[in-house]
Amino acid sequence: MDKKLKKELLKILAGVVIFFVLLAAEKTGVCPALFGNRLLSFLVYLIPYFISGYPVVKKAILGIRNRQPMDESLLMTIATVGAFVTGESSEAVAVMVFYQVGEWFQKYAVGQSRKNIASLMDIVPEEANVEREDGTVETVDPDDVEIGDVLVIKAGDRIPVDGEVLSGESLINTAALTGESVPRSVRTGDMVISGCINGEGLLRVKALKVFEDSTVSKILELVENASEKKSKTENFITRFARVYTPIVVYAAIALAVIPSIITGDPATWFYRACTFLVVSCPCALVISIPLAFFGGIGAASANGVLIKGSNYLELLSGVDTIVSDKTGTLTEGNFKVSEIICEEGISRTELLRLAALSEGLSGHPIAKSIREELASQVPDYEINTNLVTDTENVSGQGIICKVSDRKVFIGNDKLMEANGIGFSEVKDPSATISYVAAEENDGVRYLGAILIKDQVKEEAANAISDMKKAGVRKVVMLTGDRKTVGEAVGRDLGVDQVYSELLPQDKVSKVEELLDDLGQRNVREGEAALAFIGDGINDAPVLARADVGIAMGSIGSDAAIEAADVVIMDDDLRRIPTTIGIARKTMMIAKQNIAFALVVKSVVLVLGALGIANMWAAVFGDVGVSVLCILNSMRLLAEKKTI
Amino acid sequence: MKKKFKCEIDCANCAAKVEEAVKKLDGVNDAKVNFVMQKFTLDADEEKFDEILKLAIETGKKIEPDFSVEL
Repeated sequence: MDKKLKKELLKILAGVVIFFVLLAAEKTGVCPALFGNRLLSFLVYLIPYFISGYPVVKKAILGIRNRQPMDESLLMTIATVGAFVTGESSEAVAVMVFYQVGEWFQKYAVGQSRKNIASLMDIVPEEANVEREDGTVETVDPDDVEIGDVLVIKAGDRIPVDGEVLSGESLINTAALTGESVPRSVRTGDMVISGCINGEGLLRVKALKVFEDSTVSKILELVENASEKKSKTENFITRFARVYTPIVVYAAIALAVIPSIITGDPATWFYRACTFLVVSCPCALVISIPLAFFGGIGAASANGVLIKGSNYLELLSGVDTIVSDKTGTLTEGNFKVSEIICEEGISRTELLRLAALSEGLSGHPIAKSIREELASQVPDYEINTNLVTDTENVSGQGIICKVSDRKVFIGNDKLMEANGIGFSEVKDPSATISYVAAEENDGVRYLGAILIKDQVKEEAANAISDMKKAGVRKVVMLTGDRKTVGEAVGRDLGVDQVYSELLPQDKVSKVEELLDDLGQRNVREGEAALAFIGDGINDAPVLARADVGIAMGSIGSDAAIEAADVVIMDDDLRRIPTTIGIARKTMMIAKQNIAFALVVKSVVLVLGALGIANMWAAVFGDVGVSVLCILNSMRLLAEKKTI
Repeated sequence: MKKKFKCEIDCANCAAKVEEAVKKLDGVNDAKVNFVMQKFTLDADEEKFDEILKLAIETGKKIEPDFSVEL
């Protein structure tokens, strides 16, 4: 609690205490001289009124002077002045004092949630240690680090800007940014990201970006601006308050004037009008709804998920179709030899060696995975490309070449068939299969097959079933990969639909088709949304086209952070169902608040107009409802990490 | 030129009022008063930025006495 807030609290509490002393004195009748006289009692009651309510009256007057009079300060001032006029001094003070208690609580609650989020986002580096050319180390503000500077990062230091490790080896803790608790090991040549904490070793890092362009700044800016992109619900409340306040003011005037003329009892109706004004104050909604969304965004960021605006949280809560890219999103994106099938008399290493030699030093993922497998089985083996001659690339089939003057065939089933080689076909639709055959004394002999697979992410199947449980109707996978591979992976993961062999531009049109489909089925706009999950590297257009673009594992990639609406900081797919859950909960809390506030207020409004509810009930209808709604919203911030 | 400042503002409604008023000032391209983050963002002409900033703060204070900006 800061000083200002404390001072305010003291004033308000002083007002409350004095008010209760006066009230007790009046009710018990200990001082008939004072309370018998209307003017005198009015004057004493003014003391607590001004001690706690002075800022409200001032604001109301200021509002009138600035020609923006319609706000809650004015409502409260009119109501309390009205109560004084009708002789209900104690009630006037009660309204003002409790209104101020409510206001104070709002400020406290907002400050508290801000602090909560700030600590979640406790990633800002305080200083940077720059190594100068003469070897001295100077401590500077991260803002003053220039590109190319060499930074010395000690154990426990926060990395000030994005950079590349020049020397040293360490484990760095990325938890504050990614929510991932397992530290990442880095060594010379690796990229490090600002905001992470260096675990143990000393690192020397070359600055690649200035502070302002570094990941930390980007993320902070994103979270700060998130509360500016308003959800429909928030916008509705703002618009509602704008229309609503003048309406109740006029309704109150009408309530004060018309029945008074008819019944000739102005005091009663004036009092009722004031009650009406007090309860009508929309602050419970105006503050608790944004606070709920703010809390939802905060809860998501504690889970390593950045949401760029309340509107996306709202859309996520109603997500109907999730479209996902395959490679790199549902799968690891790196190919690995999954199985080696050898004919009799052939060793696995022999088969791998032949394959690796024939594929040469090609950068193709298949060739790379074969080389890696060979290296892991025979660590010292060096591929001598001089042994390989007459290499012929048969497009769409494979490679024919000579290894030490022995003809070798490596490729798919078509290559084998085309060359009349008898082979035993391997049936595994999710793998890419390389058959290997080579010349022997009496012709060509089939030696075996190497199966290569892109590993499906461990958590992918679980994540998809959790998405379904969270209410997603359909999960669609898009891939540029072959149909057999795509469908096999899709089946393993339990996705509902697979579109394969797509070019990047096809992905956009598929998403558009799915969006149209949603549009046709859905009656009310905004009820069902389409989310796209991608790695953000080459699917920026699709991310942008979907209602909600979710980028995964893209920390450090500015393009992805830019294009996406939701950024999953690490690679964990399970964060998506978690985030949908948070979004749902946020919406539920927002709706509860709206319903609760409107119901209580309308009941008290009607009862107040009929004269059944007095001003005390009205104070509850205003302050009580606000406090309850705020507490409800703050539940979101108590949300703990789930993964 | 766009710059961000820490600010103090008491309520969401007050923030909206100050924002409106500052936006209307001459030389201001855009302004934002973010209640939740307590941040004041001013986007104004480069040459007269300091002058405009001063005017913006004054304008804000006139509307909401509690509005203050940490420079």
